[in-house]
Amino acid sequence: MLVSILHRATGIGLSIVGAGILLWWLLAAASGEEAYGKFLELALHPFGLFVLFGLTAVFFQHFFSGLRHLYMDTGAGYEPARSRRMAALTIVGTVVLTLAVWAIIIFA
Amino acid sequence: MRTELGKVRGLGAAKSGSARWWMERVTSVALIPLSVWLLASLVSGVASSHAVLTEWIANPLVAVLLILFVAVAFYHAAMGLKVVVEDYVHEHGNKIASLLIIDFLAIVGALAGIVAVLKIAFGA
Repeated sequence: MLVSILHRATGIGLSIVGAGILLWWLLAAASGEEAYGKFLELALHPFGLFVLFGLTAVFFQHFFSGLRHLYMDTGAGYEPARSRRMAALTIVGTVVLTLAVWAIIIFA
Repeated sequence: MRTELGKVRGLGAAKSGSARWWMERVTSVALIPLSVWLLASLVSGVASSHAVLTEWIANPLVAVLLILFVAVAFYHAAMGLKVVVEDYVHEHGNKIASLLIIDFLAIVGALAGIVAVLKIAFGA
């Protein structure tokens, strides 16, 4: 139940904030070096990094709950115990992969 | 006295409902490799400077994949947002206006993103 609601909430977030940042990134790059420098400056500002970190977590949550929905579309995974375990796994996967991605960005 | 059209307008897809259900799945599945590829590329540093990014997008395969990502992601986002509007916005006029705005914004957004990628790819 929670994960199903999260799928909607994260989908709305990605559609608005994610799409906005994607466009801002591409349009800044297409506008030239100066505009892109401005984008990078804001993206790498602590608040920008906070937003990008949040967006990474929102992406992974939507990604994994989406995978769960696609799997359940096949008619599988409706047993209560199994359904709950998969829902919990989407959250574990989100936490692990978000931290892994940012560990790579920070340390590599 | 209401016309037949007035009764059904804004109530959702007629006859093409299964096509939309299917396109939700098609775009979801397409976005699995596309989004993982974009995230992996970003993590590997392709966006770290203007010079690095434009050189990356100058590769035709990268430009094609980016354009695909933008087109499929905006299509998928518009479908998802419209489902939410259809579920929660019940007033007829508001619902139709919201659905129209989502479609317009998604098309403008997708076009802007695609033109930006093409401009960089062709080095303009």
